Amino acid sequence: MSVTTTQTMTEVPTFVEATLDGRVPSGPVQTMWERTKFEMKLINPSNRRKFKVIIVGSGLAGGAAAATLGEQGYNVECYAYQDSPRRAHSVAAQGGINAAKNYRNDGDSVYRLFYDTVKGGDFRAREANVYRLAEVSNAIIDQCVAQGVPFAREYGGMLDNRSFGGAQVSRTFYARGQTGQQLLLGAYQALARQIAAGTVKMFTRTEMLDLIVINGRARGIVVRDMRTGEITPRLADVVVLGTGGYSNVFYLSTNAKGCNGTAIWRAHKRGAYFANPCYTQIHPTCIPPVGEHQSKLTLMSESLRNDGRIWVPKQPGDTRPADQIPENERYYYLEEMYPSYGNLAPRDISSRAAKRQVDSGRGVGPLRNGVYLDFADSIKRLGEKVIRDRYGNLFDMYENITGENAYKTPMRIYPAPHYTMGGLWVDYYLMSNIPGLFVIGEANFSDHGANRLGASALMQGLADGYFVLPATLPNYLASTKLEKVDAGADAVKEAVANVQNITQRLMNTKGTKSVDHYHRELGKIIWEYCGMGRTAEGLQKALQLIPELEAEFWENVRVTGTANELNQELEKAGRLVDYFELGRLMCIDALNRNESCGGHFREEYQTEEGEAQRNDTEYAYVAAWEYTGDDRPLLHKEPLKFETVKLATRSYK
Amino acid sequence: MRLKLRIWRQKNAQSEGRFVDYNLDGVSEDSSFLEMLDLLNQQLIDRNEEPVHFDHDCREGICGMCGLMINGIAHGPKAAVTTCQLHMRVFKDGDSITIEPWRAKAFPVMKDLIVDRSAFDRIVQAGGYISVNTGQAPDANVIPVPKEQADRAMDAAACIGCGACVAACPNGSAMLFTSAKLAHLNSLPQGQAERFDRAVLMVNQMDAEGFGGCTNIGECEAVCPKEISLDFIAMMNRDLLRASLMGKGKR
Repeated sequence: MSVTTTQTMTEVPTFVEATLDGRVPSGPVQTMWERTKFEMKLINPSNRRKFKVIIVGSGLAGGAAAATLGEQGYNVECYAYQDSPRRAHSVAAQGGINAAKNYRNDGDSVYRLFYDTVKGGDFRAREANVYRLAEVSNAIIDQCVAQGVPFAREYGGMLDNRSFGGAQVSRTFYARGQTGQQLLLGAYQALARQIAAGTVKMFTRTEMLDLIVINGRARGIVVRDMRTGEITPRLADVVVLGTGGYSNVFYLSTNAKGCNGTAIWRAHKRGAYFANPCYTQIHPTCIPPVGEHQSKLTLMSESLRNDGRIWVPKQPGDTRPADQIPENERYYYLEEMYPSYGNLAPRDISSRAAKRQVDSGRGVGPLRNGVYLDFADSIKRLGEKVIRDRYGNLFDMYENITGENAYKTPMRIYPAPHYTMGGLWVDYYLMSNIPGLFVIGEANFSDHGANRLGASALMQGLADGYFVLPATLPNYLASTKLEKVDAGADAVKEAVANVQNITQRLMNTKGTKSVDHYHRELGKIIWEYCGMGRTAEGLQKALQLIPELEAEFWENVRVTGTANELNQELEKAGRLVDYFELGRLMCIDALNRNESCGGHFREEYQTEEGEAQRNDTEYAYVAAWEYTGDDRPLLHKEPLKFETVKLATRSYK
Repeated sequence: MRLKLRIWRQKNAQSEGRFVDYNLDGVSEDSSFLEMLDLLNQQLIDRNEEPVHFDHDCREGICGMCGLMINGIAHGPKAAVTTCQLHMRVFKDGDSITIEPWRAKAFPVMKDLIVDRSAFDRIVQAGGYISVNTGQAPDANVIPVPKEQADRAMDAAACIGCGACVAACPNGSAMLFTSAKLAHLNSLPQGQAERFDRAVLMVNQMDAEGFGGCTNIGECEAVCPKEISLDFIAMMNRDLLRASLMGKGKR
C-alpha cells in the first residue's frame, strides 16, 4: 500500500492513498437491496445448525439478530454484561421509531425517509445503506406489532403517530414514553423463544474483552465471567458485535452506567477500522447537571418538543422565576431562527442553539445552565389530561429528579452526550474490514452520517438485527471456506494472555485514586475540548492532556478486591483503559476534519449566522482509522458519492 | 446531610452475610439514592476497603437492574419509583437507613446487595412470547386493536422485571410479574392463539423456580415502581382455570 507521511501528526495524519471500498453494489439504490438479496448465497436449512455464530450484545440489534438467526436454524451464542438480555440500554429509548408507512397520508414515502435521513446526517452517510434502512423500516413495524408490541392506537384501533425532529411528516410510532423498552421486550421475547428452542445459548453477566483473529478472520472472542472472574475463549465461525455506542467516554452522558466501548475498541486493536469517531450526538433535551455527585444525565424525550416551547429570557442575567417573565421578554429562539421546523429542529442544531443562549448569559435555573421547555400553551390548548396521557411518565421522572412539577413550571433542559454516530467501519454487508466480524446497531458507523435524527436509532438497530444481518451473514458463511480452529491455537492463547495481562496490571497497580476519579477527569477533558464546540487549539490541548491523565492512571489507580470474583471496580477500570485510547482517537479525528458537519462543530468553520459549514470538496469521506500500535493511527478514506440526493447546504429555516 | 447506614455485606453466595454500620457525611439532597451509595463507595475506596456492590445500569428507572430493600420497603419509601429514581430529599438529616438485598428463595444473593434474578428469564422462556418468526408478519394495521385493549396491554407491559414484587411478598411470590407478562400478551388479538398454553406453561415454570403462591396481600402492587395492577393476577387465574378445563399447556 502507498502511504503519505507528513511531519506533524496532529495537523495532518498519515493516510492511505488507495480509497476504502464500501462494496456498494452497482445500480440505482431503489432496487439495490432486492437485487442484492437475490444475488447473495444461501445456506441450506439442514446445514445451518453446523455454523456457530457469536453475537455480543442483546439490545435491539444484537437481540433481534440472535433471535432471527436462531429462527433460521443457526447455532447461536449471545453474550450480555447485564443480568438479563431485557436490560440492554435500548430499553431506555423513550420517544419512538420511524417508518415510512405514510399511514397519515401526509406525503411520506421510503424516498422521503431516505432523503430526510441523508440530509439530517449532514451528507456524511453512505446513500446505499440509508436507502436500505428506509426500505426495511415498514417491515419492522409489522414484525413488532405481530410480536405484541403495544404501540399507541387511535380509537378506531389503528396505529397512532407523532412527529420528531428533522421531519415535516408524522412517521414516528410509539408506545407511551417507553418505546425502546417495548421494542426491546419484543426482541427479548423472540430471543427467549429461541433460547427455549435450544437454538440460542444465552450468557449473561459475561463481558467480551478481546477478539480472536485467526488467519485474518474473526473466529471468536475472549470473555470474562463477571460472577467468577474466569477468563475463557469462545470460538465460532463468525462474530457479530452489537454492543452499542461510546457516549460514556464523556463520563456524564444519558447512557446506562455499564454501556462501554470495550468490545469495539478491542476489536479495533485487532485490526477493525474505527470510522468517524468524532461524530457524537449531544441531545438537546436532558435535565441539566446539579452538582459534583452527578453520576449520569437523564434524557427527556425529544417527543416533548411536539408540545413544549423552548425559550430563555431575552435579557441576559435575568434571574426572575419563569412565571414572572412576561411574554414579550421571552426569546423563543428556535421558533424565531428556524420558523419552518421551530421547536422540532434537528438535534445538533437545537443543541448548539441552547449552548449559545447559555453562553450568552441567558441560562435559567439555580446554576444558570439550562433553557426552558414550556408546556403552558399546550396545556391551555389541550388540557392537562391530554399532556399527561402523552408524556405522563416523563413529567413524573422529571419531578423525581428535580423536585419540580412541570405541569406548573417549565422544565429546564440542557444538551448532553447521548449517542455516537461513529463506530466500527462496515461495508454495505455490515461486515468490518476483518472478514467474519460483523458490526450492527449503534456499534457501527453506517447509517446516520454526522447526525442522527430522532427515532432513527431504534429503526437502525432493528433493521440491522431483524432484516439486514440475517441476509448478509449467511452469504459470508456460504462463500467462505472456514478451516477448523481449536482452543490450542496460538492466536487464542495470545488473546487470553492479553486479557489476563490487562487484568493483572490493573490489580497490581495498587495506587490511591479510584477508577471513577479518573473517568470523571477524562470526561471533563473530552466534554471541554471535543464536545459541542471544537477548535484545533482545544483538540491539540486535549491530545496532550489525555495521555498525561492516562499515564497517571496506570501509576496511581486503585482497584479494590481481587480478579477472581464479582468485582465492579475491575469492570469499570477495564472499560476506562479503552476510553483513554478511544477519547484520543476522537480528538485526532475531530482535528483532522477541518469542517463542521452535524454533531461535529469546529468553531473555525461556521457561517455568519453560526451554522455548520461543511467542506464537501475535501471532507466528503468516511474517516476510517487503522490501529497501528503507536499514537499515529493510519487514516483510510471512503469517498462518499451522492448520486441520488443532491449535496446541498442543510436548511431548516 | 448526614446519615447512619446499616448495609448488608456478603462476600459471595457461599459465605454468611452480616450488617455493617457506616456513618456518611456530606450527602446532597439533590443526589439519587444510588449516588449516595457512590459517595459511600468513594470513601470506602479512599480507605482501601471494598466498596458495596449493588446492581444498577440505566439509572433512569427503566432497565430494572437496580433494586434495594430500604428500611424494609422494596425501592424505598416513595411510591412508584425505582431505587435509582429515589432522591435523597425524601430523607432527613440524621436519618438511619437500613439497606438489604432482595430476600427470596428464588433470588439467591451473589454479593452484598446483588441477587440472581435469572428465574424471571426462565419464566418468560417458558411461554412469554408470541410465536412469530421474523418475516411472517402481515401489515401492522391489518388487525385493528381497540384502544382500551392496547392501553391495558401497555399497562401490563410496563413491567421492568426488577423483582420488587417478589421481595415485598411474604410468600416470595412472582405472581405479579408473571401475570403482567400474561396480561400484556393475552390482551392483544395477536396473543390469542397461544393464550391458554402460555398461562399454564409460565405458571408451571414459576412454581418450579421456587416462588411462593399468592394470598392476596397486595404488598407487590404497593411497591411496584410501574404500578402494575393486582387485577392482572385475577386475569391470570381466570385464564388458568379456563386452560385447565380445556386441557391446555401440554405442548
